[in-house]
Amino acid sequence: MAKYILKRILYLFLTLFIIATITFFLMKMLPGTPFSNQNRLSPDQLAIVKAQYGLDQPIFIQYIRYIGGLFQGNLGTSFQFNNEPVTQLIGQRLAPSMQIGAQAMILGTILGILLGAVAAIRKNSWVDTLATFVSILGISIPSFVLAVLLQFYLAYKWHIYPVALWDNFQSSVLPTIALAALPLGNVARFMRTEMVDVLSSDYIELAKSKGNSEWQVVIKHALRNSLIPIVTIIGPMAVSTMTGSMVVENIFSIPGIGEQFVKSITTNDYPTIMGLTIFYSFLLILVFLVVDILYVLIDPRIRLGNGGND
Amino acid sequence: MDKILEVKDLHVNFATYNGTVQAIRGVNFDLAAGETLAIVGESGSGKSITVRSILQLLAKNADINKGTILYHGEDLLKKSKKEMDAIRGNKISMIFQDPMTSLDPTMTIGKQVAEPLLIHNKVSKKEALGRAEEVLRLVGIPNPKERMNDYPHQFSGGQRQRIVIAIAIVDYPEILIADEPTTALDVTVQAQIIDLLKELQQKIGTAIIFITHDLGVVAGIADRVAVMYAGKFVEYGSVDEVFYNPQHPYTWGLLDSMPTLDTSEDDHLNSIPGTPPNLLNPPKGDAFAPRNEYAMQIDLEKQPPFFKVSKTHYAATWLLHPDAPKVTPPKGIQKRFEKFKKLGDK
Repeated sequence: MAKYILKRILYLFLTLFIIATITFFLMKMLPGTPFSNQNRLSPDQLAIVKAQYGLDQPIFIQYIRYIGGLFQGNLGTSFQFNNEPVTQLIGQRLAPSMQIGAQAMILGTILGILLGAVAAIRKNSWVDTLATFVSILGISIPSFVLAVLLQFYLAYKWHIYPVALWDNFQSSVLPTIALAALPLGNVARFMRTEMVDVLSSDYIELAKSKGNSEWQVVIKHALRNSLIPIVTIIGPMAVSTMTGSMVVENIFSIPGIGEQFVKSITTNDYPTIMGLTIFYSFLLILVFLVVDILYVLIDPRIRLGNGGND
Repeated sequence: MDKILEVKDLHVNFATYNGTVQAIRGVNFDLAAGETLAIVGESGSGKSITVRSILQLLAKNADINKGTILYHGEDLLKKSKKEMDAIRGNKISMIFQDPMTSLDPTMTIGKQVAEPLLIHNKVSKKEALGRAEEVLRLVGIPNPKERMNDYPHQFSGGQRQRIVIAIAIVDYPEILIADEPTTALDVTVQAQIIDLLKELQQKIGTAIIFITHDLGVVAGIADRVAVMYAGKFVEYGSVDEVFYNPQHPYTWGLLDSMPTLDTSEDDHLNSIPGTPPNLLNPPKGDAFAPRNEYAMQIDLEKQPPFFKVSKTHYAATWLLHPDAPKVTPPKGIQKRFEKFKKLGDK
């Protein structure tokens, strides 16, 4: 297992290197320059500024320099955001995004699993219908619509939570709920389908014949077996929740990272684009690694390292 | 003999889109401590449903709408869910048909075997696992100590069935229900499993209800045999009585379609023509009558009661009525009658 994880981490860095290379050249093909006041600059001034940022060099040299910096953990300096180092920029903005993203994922997944499981156990009852209704709502209502509704009722009308603030845990509740709806709906749907399947399997009948009560059967046998496909969808969902919260961040005035990404692209802020792309890629690959490890922990039939010769 | 289980006038219906299927239509039998009763019949005759009714492990659309199932004189059908949980896996346990799908793929076999002990007894996890190891050795799993932490997919089909048996006997049940435990296995493994069941029965003294459609398997394990057709028993008696002195034409058909050591190359095996009746609308008379070459007018009109053949042997066919004409059973069955006479002479 340790050897496998080590190998995967090695691949992770290799993948990041390839992504960095592709992104670098794609980015250079973007129209426009980082300088918003270019028209007012004389050719001499422009040359000075370009030289200052190393943009006067051939693209290949720029690339070598950038990759060299990357190996030292240096993502460069932002052109736009007060000449801050990109690492610092990401670091500051990252925490709020990650916090509401992670909170939303945990809330959505746990509630989704519970809802789906209860729906499957009480198949075709009113609980099942209600669960289906809730999960369809969760999937079909866009998070920003839900965000505005929550803001209007829970914050503006009833004053339970702040309208738009980034302060303590309380201010993270509404954005968390708004973002949790989608994973909740998805997980609940998958969970119900899988659990219905598992509950009709032979080993569940055997578990009943051992004298387990209905709930013991679910907790000891059905739940774990139903979780295997859930793990598959949780990975990509976690990444999209943690990174794709831009609109919700805007609505609740959260100083997150999503907003910055868009801004950096429109202004050709090369180091920031690179830094965020590499960071998002890192997150995605890391989540996939975690998912694969979870598989092994949940399903003993998946074995590592011996090519499946069990 | 001490009767531990008495099933009386059991009726089970299934609600389906097409209507109510009367799957079990009045089944009566009893079971003595330590004996083996085999229930044979073709697919869909209701064998599995009969025994699953005992443990109340039926599908949700099933309805046990009539009858009693007395276990030591107490009606299991009147027990609460909780009381039934206390009986399952403890007093009465079950072995399932397909060992490839009967074990939880995500739990070690040690834990799966120990589970009934932890549910029904106040034992520590360690004690339960120790006992599980013992039972795994008893059912013939090599190196049980090392294999306790293995998962089902690491075992062969025959070994898995041994594990399923270990789960069923770990709490020394009084009654063991084996629902076609050898059907999914190949023939050599079948014989091993039958031997194992016999051996275990002697060691722990459990009674066995053995469900099968394979008459060859029955002869090796059962004390008594019941033949089932279309939701009813048609004949029951001791193994010798049913095998060598069969009275019901359906039993004749079954036995005649089975090769024996006396079957020569020139003989051809008979099959029973036709198909079983649709139990959405069960026939008025004997359900087997339309497929029965010996059927009389009364077979189509009235269900035959059980006629006594001997103290232990009963068959539900009008042929046993004193007024019925004498019929000549198939050749193979006549040979069996001769053997039965020799058995009687001994």
